[in-house]
Amino acid sequence: MNPLFPSFQWDSVVIQPWTSGFSITLWVVVMGFLSGAACALVGNYLLLRRMALLGDAISHSVLPGLVVAFFLFQTTGTIAAFSGALVAAVLTVLLIDGIHRYSKIKVDAAICIVFTTLFALGVVGMSFLERSGNVHLDAECILYGEILMVALEPPVVVGGISLGPPQVLRIGLVLVGVILAIAVFYKELLITSFDPALARSLGFSVRAWHFATMSVLALVIVSVFEAAGVILPVAMLIVPGMFASQISCRMVPRMAWSVLHAMLSAVLGYHLSVWLDCSPAGAMVVVGALLFLAVWLPAMIRSAWMRAG
Amino acid sequence: MSGSGCRVSLPVWCGVFAFLFLLTLVPAEAARIGELTDVSFLDRSKRFFTFQDPSLRYALAGSMLLGICCGLMGCFLVMRRLSLMGDAISHAVLPGIVLGFLWSMSKNPLAIFVGATLAGLLGAAVVQWIQNTTRQKEDAALGFVLASFFGLGICLLTMLQGRPGGNQSGLSSFLFGQAAAMGRGDVILLAVVTLLVLVILGFFFKEFVLTSFDAGFARSLGWPVAFFHYTLMLLLAFAIVSSLQAVGVVLVSAMLVIPASAAFLLTRRMNTMVVLAALFGLFAGVCGTFFSFTGKNLPTGPLMVLAAAVVFAGAFLFAPRHGVLSRWWIVRERRKRIGRENSLKALYRILEDDAFRPGPVALADYADRTKETLENAGQHLRTAARHGLLTWNQEGESVSFTPKGWQRAAEIVRNHRLWELYLANAASIQPDHVHEDAEQIEHILGDATVRALEKRLGHAVLDPHGKPIPQWSEIHQKTGPDSSPAGPARK
Repeated sequence: MNPLFPSFQWDSVVIQPWTSGFSITLWVVVMGFLSGAACALVGNYLLLRRMALLGDAISHSVLPGLVVAFFLFQTTGTIAAFSGALVAAVLTVLLIDGIHRYSKIKVDAAICIVFTTLFALGVVGMSFLERSGNVHLDAECILYGEILMVALEPPVVVGGISLGPPQVLRIGLVLVGVILAIAVFYKELLITSFDPALARSLGFSVRAWHFATMSVLALVIVSVFEAAGVILPVAMLIVPGMFASQISCRMVPRMAWSVLHAMLSAVLGYHLSVWLDCSPAGAMVVVGALLFLAVWLPAMIRSAWMRAG
Repeated sequence: MSGSGCRVSLPVWCGVFAFLFLLTLVPAEAARIGELTDVSFLDRSKRFFTFQDPSLRYALAGSMLLGICCGLMGCFLVMRRLSLMGDAISHAVLPGIVLGFLWSMSKNPLAIFVGATLAGLLGAAVVQWIQNTTRQKEDAALGFVLASFFGLGICLLTMLQGRPGGNQSGLSSFLFGQAAAMGRGDVILLAVVTLLVLVILGFFFKEFVLTSFDAGFARSLGWPVAFFHYTLMLLLAFAIVSSLQAVGVVLVSAMLVIPASAAFLLTRRMNTMVVLAALFGLFAGVCGTFFSFTGKNLPTGPLMVLAAAVVFAGAFLFAPRHGVLSRWWIVRERRKRIGRENSLKALYRILEDDAFRPGPVALADYADRTKETLENAGQHLRTAARHGLLTWNQEGESVSFTPKGWQRAAEIVRNHRLWELYLANAASIQPDHVHEDAEQIEHILGDATVRALEKRLGHAVLDPHGKPIPQWSEIHQKTGPDSSPAGPARK
């Protein structure tokens, strides 16, 4: 039987992916990076708003959206799935807000209630679909994501030039949109995230900005989710932002650091997955967590030192 | 707050428990759940309630135990605002499950239990470390543990699946859970964990409640707050790990949080909340198993969660004090009552201005006083008449108080003027500023408050504007001054 950890060979792990399987490596890494970067940028604001786990909630609750979209349109086509997921994501945000506003339930409990209920609806709907026998939506595949499939999609060709797989293009467009939105509304986002009370006193509609941010979050998660599963957006919304906030207190450097973190996670994670023969999305998350560990350790040692001395 | 409620109910729970345990021991031979696909819903319901299938008995007992156990634990999570801790730990156990599997190279429940519990506790500890040593907030720490541990678990799981024999491990059933696949070992494990949770929570109820509600106060009393926190986390990890087989990683947190939240909406006392949450969990467990069985092998875990969600939705909408619909109804009724009372007050003042000369009040006078159209005024008076406060004369042009209506009208005017006098005397507010406030409170003042006000103001007879305050004898005279509806309408 093979050992669980294969021996590390520089050539097969680091060199060969770029020489023999170039297009697969390139597109998986690019997909991982673009997804990670889009999530990281939005994630910085999520962390400021202390809503880090909303990413987890939304990425689970898109499931019933996918199922309903299939019921309605009888196709697993991208547009139908995308719009169904987006509707479910927005519904999640509204339900959480509604439960929190109209009862004494705290936000964290509201998040948990809404996303688990929607996810349960999705799983039940899926088993109905499977029973009727006309589709097999693989729940495990949804959870782990099959980022490798990205490279196998036929590329989009415009004017004779191959631009890359459609998912990569879509997440690229979303990333550009996120960057533009942050650049244009930098001031508004900053003040409504950092100090909602001040923002309200200055006449900003904090609620409107909250929902705007949430819609962008939903868009990002849905576009990442389709190619990379649940775990990548959940992790990349949180970990890069934490990594960056260990390093810098200022917003712009934070964003730069979090994008760098996303890039390192994507590249190193892919190589880790080649080495260990495991899920690339999972490996990217593990590398991202290790990177945070690297900046956290000094703080941990310092605090232990201070407590001892 | 005492733990008596919980301790009293302990024997009851033990009874439920013993019943469930016996259920698993009755021997019988029958098919797995869902093997009989050609029988009708009614037949399957009958099979369900006669407990013919042993695998159904295991699934049912397991689900019920799970509901009780998670419902109890969930109360403390919800109270501590740690709802998402359940989510984080249930994801964090995944690498532990895989490592437990690797250690024994089989689906040995004990190895998996140990591995998963250790991973869950490590996750809870990492959350605490991150918060203690960095400026990261709790949600970020929870999210970090959830994502990184789950990512690691997925890596390990996919590495395992690439190996010969790894694919058949059935480990992925831990992701979504399958109550029908629960064996006797799983149910006994759940029973032991539930008993442990009941006993520990029962004996240290007061301590857990205090450290949950006010950790700072508990620390100042010299209690080991961290010890209770980690005991709770240990119990939580036990509860989660033993429930995984039935509901899966993603939905365990639902069984923790949803029944407890529903109970939280229905009561303000922790003892009641604990009992209610356990009952809701139990109900969800039974419903989930029932619909899973009668619905021909639909997944049990999600159905349990949906049943719990229905309970929560009911509490959210109809809870007596906090429900959205009940609150809407209460507000609506109060608004209508205030509208009626304002009509009565206007009529009283018309009579007062006319020195309480006997005779009914004309609709036109009333409309003039309240500055409404005749149509609106008529509508308001008809509403009051429907409640037995007024009677119309035969022509339908004027109204008179009934005894009940007169009493209420005089009471409202008395409340109004008493409050004005109180504000002017006791709070030294200018007499021309007291009207608005009195206009609000006149509808709310209860009898006891009115007695106290009267006493405090020395049973005064005039309000700050010089108007007489209706006295007890006037209010309770059998009839008002206009008791003869046949009399001529005043001008």
